Amino acid sequence: MNSRKPFLLFGLLAFGYAFLYIPIISLIVYSFNESRLVTVWGGFSTKWYGELLRNDQILAAAWVSLRVAAMNASFAVLLGTLAALALVRFGRFRGRLLFTTLVSAPLVMPEVILGLASLLLFVAMEQAIGWPAGRGMTTITLAHITFSAAFVTVVVQSRLAQMDTSLEEAAMDLGARPWKVFLLVTLPVIAPALVAGWLLAFTLSLDDLIIASFVAGPGSTTLPMVVYSSVRLGVSPQINALATLIVAFVTLCILVAGWLMHRREKQLRQPRPGH
Amino acid sequence: MISRVAGQGLRALLTGDHGRRLVIALPYLWLLVFFLLPFVIVFKISFSEAILARPPYAPLWEYLQDGYIQIQLHLNSYSRLWQDPLYLVAYLNALKIAAVSTVICLLIGYPMAYGIARTRGSLRTLLLMLIILPFWTSFLIRVYAWIGILKSNGLLNNFLLAIGIIDEPLVLLHTDFAVYVGIVYSYLPFMVLPLYATLVRMDHSLLEAAADLGCRPWKAFLTVTLPLSLPGIIAGSMLVFIPAVGEFVIPDLLGGPDTLMIGKVLWTEFFANRDWPAAAAVAVVMLVLLVVPLALFQRYQGKDEARARAAL
Repeated sequence: MNSRKPFLLFGLLAFGYAFLYIPIISLIVYSFNESRLVTVWGGFSTKWYGELLRNDQILAAAWVSLRVAAMNASFAVLLGTLAALALVRFGRFRGRLLFTTLVSAPLVMPEVILGLASLLLFVAMEQAIGWPAGRGMTTITLAHITFSAAFVTVVVQSRLAQMDTSLEEAAMDLGARPWKVFLLVTLPVIAPALVAGWLLAFTLSLDDLIIASFVAGPGSTTLPMVVYSSVRLGVSPQINALATLIVAFVTLCILVAGWLMHRREKQLRQPRPGH
Repeated sequence: MISRVAGQGLRALLTGDHGRRLVIALPYLWLLVFFLLPFVIVFKISFSEAILARPPYAPLWEYLQDGYIQIQLHLNSYSRLWQDPLYLVAYLNALKIAAVSTVICLLIGYPMAYGIARTRGSLRTLLLMLIILPFWTSFLIRVYAWIGILKSNGLLNNFLLAIGIIDEPLVLLHTDFAVYVGIVYSYLPFMVLPLYATLVRMDHSLLEAAADLGCRPWKAFLTVTLPLSLPGIIAGSMLVFIPAVGEFVIPDLLGGPDTLMIGKVLWTEFFANRDWPAAAAVAVVMLVLLVVPLALFQRYQGKDEARARAAL
């Protein structure tokens, strides 16, 4: 019985990972396919990468998406960190229940609802105060900040909750002002979570089709919007090439981040000389 | 209600410690304006009437010459939701597809989370990383990958033909089956992470105690492990079920013309029919249906999922 169980478990694990990775691997393999027919192998070729890099529509959309994603990530980290601090460090405050609801609801709220709601807000705001004028990158960024800040909050919140508060207390006892404690003690400890939160917010924004479709205007077509309209017309090896580049980039980022964190943990564990 | 809530935010801003009130007020005000207020506006516009104008809905109130305000509430959008069976079918179908997908995710995800929690050290880190990696790559492109696999001359049909299980290609793409595959595939990491987080914290001495007292492993699992992982099961299920109910991309790209899901109906009302009040009414009813799952999620919130992600 006991010798059979790990075998069964191993089989189920392998099935799960195969399910997760076969589609991604097939995307990568067929991005190097000479043939236009995505599922017929016509020999090795990198020509779709060349075509992708000459596709002005995709490049322009990618540039819009990257700018929106970077702006969104920076603001989302700011708001998300403040929200996490409020939730972890401030205990009870007036309206806390509503606050926690508002922070966590965007995590699961269907995107069609978020998109429609954001658009109707921007239209009403334009009628009432004249801002934001029209729709474009500003409205996409504003709508993205709201839902990605929720994800940043979750990430930073867990790091703050794990943190040893005696460090902060010691700094306070020694007479440091609260903002100084935050800058010199708290911030360095939660820095990895801020980086992770920024990257998460960046990818969420880069990946979003639905909210952007609702709140975009002329001249602010994002990368997912271009990918979606081309995918609707059928499979295209250029999209495979794009997917491969994204997977390669993300894998690289995760490997580098993992290596940096591993090194950091090691350094923290080693006793410092002279102590 | 909004004014009271906003009042609370303002009061928080004006009393108490200087920095503290700013830390709370800034994200609070942002969420009130950009998250709560939009829902109020959606609710308002669902009572409006579609007209040919920019924006394409009639104002709810108008100021008349002699100081009167004329308020017009239209229930057209809601009565249409009730009368046209298309909407009811779309709501029920979305709930059914989301529920079945959630159960399948649980059946695949539980053994995976259990297996990962039982490994140690760098193998565990690697396995977790492999769960998270797809989450960081484009959702749209991962759905697109299934088109290449499921279409009639796609990978799966070619494979099944080659090993001789079938004689002619199966129709897999543009069916409900493809929608289930797409949803389970896309949301599986959301199920595995919270499950892993509860399972990894479990006290193994409980299982040893059960074994010492003569409990069979299978029974120990049912009476000890499963109840203890219930918070993870609920959090993971809600993380899959709630967004899946409103899913648009997956039914649109993988489903057939008769795969009705309410997210797709909302999209069509808005983009194809340009009927904003109808889209708003569809959204309001969807939110009402999701109130109970949302409250459940709130209770067993995705903290565990965050812990799992932070474990990296």
